[in-house]
Amino acid sequence: MTVFSGNDLSCERGERVVFDGVSFHVPGGGVTELRGANGSGKSTLLRMMAGLIAPARGSIAWNDRAIDEDRDAHRARVNYIGHLDGVKGMLTVAENLRFWSELTRSVPAATQTLDRVAVALATFGIAKLADLPARSLSAGQRRRVALARLIVRPSLIWLLDEPATALDTTALAALDHAMAAHLGAGGIVIMATHEPARRQGPRIDLDEHARIATAKRSTAAAA
Amino acid sequence: MNGFGALLRRDLKLAYRQASDSLTVLAFFVLATVLFPLAVGPEPAILARIAAGVVWVAALLAAMLSMDRMFQSDYDDGTLELLVIAPAPLELCVLAKATAHWLTTGVPLIVAAPLMGLFLNLDTGGYATLLLALALGTPSLSLIGAVGAALVLGTRRGGALLSLLILPLFVPVLIFGVGAVEAALTDVSARPQLLILAALTLAALSLAPWPAAAALRQAVE
Repeated sequence: MTVFSGNDLSCERGERVVFDGVSFHVPGGGVTELRGANGSGKSTLLRMMAGLIAPARGSIAWNDRAIDEDRDAHRARVNYIGHLDGVKGMLTVAENLRFWSELTRSVPAATQTLDRVAVALATFGIAKLADLPARSLSAGQRRRVALARLIVRPSLIWLLDEPATALDTTALAALDHAMAAHLGAGGIVIMATHEPARRQGPRIDLDEHARIATAKRSTAAAA
Repeated sequence: MNGFGALLRRDLKLAYRQASDSLTVLAFFVLATVLFPLAVGPEPAILARIAAGVVWVAALLAAMLSMDRMFQSDYDDGTLELLVIAPAPLELCVLAKATAHWLTTGVPLIVAAPLMGLFLNLDTGGYATLLLALALGTPSLSLIGAVGAALVLGTRRGGALLSLLILPLFVPVLIFGVGAVEAALTDVSARPQLLILAALTLAALSLAPWPAAAALRQAVE
């Protein structure tokens, strides 16, 4: 059984403690929602999980092995969709996706690349836009292109930072569908969201952590 | 090596579609060179004396002009953070970006250099060496520039800071680049200078990707 876990993580930005003592435990096939007020550190925690930020304290592990031990393996496991879409306006939609597919492919296989790009385009309903320059897309369409990267390069862990931003109901349904398929194959989804809870399941509540951390600090100060 | 090829192809495609960026660099190179005869006077002997130096300095400044943009657009649109956590080695990505920068700015400068030599009355004996020296030396400018460009990412007025950071590092390339042409013009072998230029480029090739990649990781943190 695969497990993605974090233990007693804390993050400091300059002098400020963003969060402290956060732990999580996500088994394969599970969705975990990341909740918290604006500025509670949801994006920061996701970036930490992706390996963009090193925790000030604590560690993140895959199957009980710290991800620091094998960075390359972790990079191959993770797909991260952040606030920025990472879509190049001067390239067409298909060229954008083909680039990400080629960047990480180990064996040259042109046909395979095209297939996966085609599947990704179809999954998020953007096949008709394939040959348009990405700069002519709307915000929601660009978001779909960004999400299509999840399909272009299959990975075990999907880290999604408010993926629903700018998406219409059709795209949301497509995302749900893609996530269900991913989970069915034993994948993991961790997603920051503000939407009202749609599914039962484990969650990481950063507001809760903040309250505990504040309480701890005041007890320490009193003692 | 797939990551290298994919990123290089993408950057060349982007440069081709935004050709004005490369053309600006080339136009700057031509204008900066043409200013010298206007400033020091049209005396052919004086111009011939300073030709190699002027072409090199103008090439250096022109290459600088586009350097701060090497990672900027990738940084702005979020591509850079995806590259940092992509399974492809970041050092290889840096190498691909520097190669693309050289192909889109260094190579046009080399192609335009003979014409600039002609404007400045460069002696016929100097052209071959000038081209060879530029071809051997300019790749190191892009590689050293990549380190500087990565370091100033996310700072305000990064362009000015970048010049202060890396122009001193370009001095050896300038000295041996001009030295090679001078040697050829005085009928001395330019071989030592050319070999040193090649050595500088090889050193930059093997050393620059690591600090640049480290700076990029820092920039997206």
